[in-house]
Amino acid sequence: MPAIPRPLPDRASFAPASSASGFAPTFASGFTKMSARRLYIFGGIALIAGGLLFGDIFAVFILHQNAARQGEALIAASRAVATGDAAAVNEIFGHLGNVLEDRGTKVDAHVHMIGAGYLAVLLALVQPYIALSRQTKKSLAALFIAGGVFLPVGIFLIHYLGLTGSPFSAIGWASVLADSAGGLLIVVLILQAWGFWKHVRSRQLSEPELPDEDSMPRRALLTGGTILVLLGFLHGAYYAGALLYEHERMETTILQRLISSASAGNLDAATTEVNNFGNLAGARAVNIAAHSHIIEFGLLAMLLSFVQPFVFLSEKWKRRWVKLLLGGAVILPVFVLLELKFGLVAGGIADIGGLMVLVGLVGMLVGILRYSGGLDFAENDLAKAVAGEDAR
Amino acid sequence: MMGSRKLLIFGGMAFAAVGMLYGLQYALLVEHQTLDQMGGSLAQAFTAAASRNPGQAQAALEQYGETKYDYVRQVDAHSHWIGLAMLMMVLGLIFERVNFSEGIRQLVAFSLLAGSALFPLAVIVQTYHHGAVVLQALAVIGSGLVIAALAATAWGFARPRPAALP
Repeated sequence: MPAIPRPLPDRASFAPASSASGFAPTFASGFTKMSARRLYIFGGIALIAGGLLFGDIFAVFILHQNAARQGEALIAASRAVATGDAAAVNEIFGHLGNVLEDRGTKVDAHVHMIGAGYLAVLLALVQPYIALSRQTKKSLAALFIAGGVFLPVGIFLIHYLGLTGSPFSAIGWASVLADSAGGLLIVVLILQAWGFWKHVRSRQLSEPELPDEDSMPRRALLTGGTILVLLGFLHGAYYAGALLYEHERMETTILQRLISSASAGNLDAATTEVNNFGNLAGARAVNIAAHSHIIEFGLLAMLLSFVQPFVFLSEKWKRRWVKLLLGGAVILPVFVLLELKFGLVAGGIADIGGLMVLVGLVGMLVGILRYSGGLDFAENDLAKAVAGEDAR
Repeated sequence: MMGSRKLLIFGGMAFAAVGMLYGLQYALLVEHQTLDQMGGSLAQAFTAAASRNPGQAQAALEQYGETKYDYVRQVDAHSHWIGLAMLMMVLGLIFERVNFSEGIRQLVAFSLLAGSALFPLAVIVQTYHHGAVVLQALAVIGSGLVIAALAATAWGFARPRPAALP
């Protein structure tokens, strides 16, 4: 069980007055160069920002085009049914499967990248309660970030690599990469739980706890985050209770009508059913996306409230990033829901909301980079001064 | 560390591990086959219709509906378990700011823990008993427990700190 690291001498301590009121003097030592906490925070925020950016690019350039390709494939399939061409139906569905896999793997890559980022930031916060050696914690942090990078990369590549060179019947090398990375995350998490268990038994902190800062940005992120999560749960409960089963029934009914119309050679009715199918898929997608995004952003806001003492920016800029992030966290899910009524205009505004969250997040990351840069500079300065005194 | 915080942090870590292990085994052993079956059933429904075999088309369409019903719930349970785990861990770090007595905090933490266990579990078991009302009711109760705990937590954050609390 490592002891709490000794605080740096006064001349080396780095406590930016503008950002760290109530800053514990020992706290900087928990954020030393290449420490587990620093790796988790930088890696985690970078993963979240990467996932958000990927999601925005996906929403703008791929999502709607992909939905249009699905509709085209279903119309072509209904035409093939009408002409009794079973071989053409098989060919079209092979293509449709490809289109769906293209979409699904990109959504999964986006979700898993952000999820791994959240877990990384969370692990940064619980490090004082993980009773493992500093080196073990650092190695686990490096493994976790590596897993968090390879998991979405593997998922993304599934569509492009397929079963090329794979000895398995249904799993390709990209899936093997993704599953191995997922396994790595699980192993790290189990070891963290073991470290936490050791802490509970010994009741000793392995590094300083987070400072109990009571600033406006922190309170706003904490309260705003809790409210966003609560709203997301309420919306999810409404969707599950009022719409989920109805949507499932409607999907089968629409497909039945589509097949019947196509079999009877009524191509206009079949096209109408394809449009109905597309509208239903859109309604499900926006409800699920609004539900998951509002909860994710709420959780993100709560997590970021803890890292505010590390954000070395003026109070004014810290408030700006918080407002931008919370504003985007509300705009994105609300306008995703409004896409059903207002179409692409609402979709565009939702994308801007996502960008606002991303910019707020990167702004905070810049503040943390400034903080760590200052800390490293002070440490180097101290080392030089000590070396100079020794030389004299 | 207070009992309510331990409950949330330990419970959160356990649920995150369970959710990830469940997701891993599902991705390795079930998901690819399920997706193949889902796509295959839909394709078969259209192929059978093109071959003027409405009975087979209907059967394939029903198979598609059932497979998708299972797939949606399996994926949802996995993601909800991990999401709820993260929420529990985050709240565990700041639960002393919930301005209630430790007894009430433990009750709120237990409600969140019980709801987070019950809700995804009831959703998974639904894949073995489609449309079972009891399981749907359990899922509703589970999500209700989570929502109630979360509302109590938000109230606890907003409430002024009573002088009796340390």
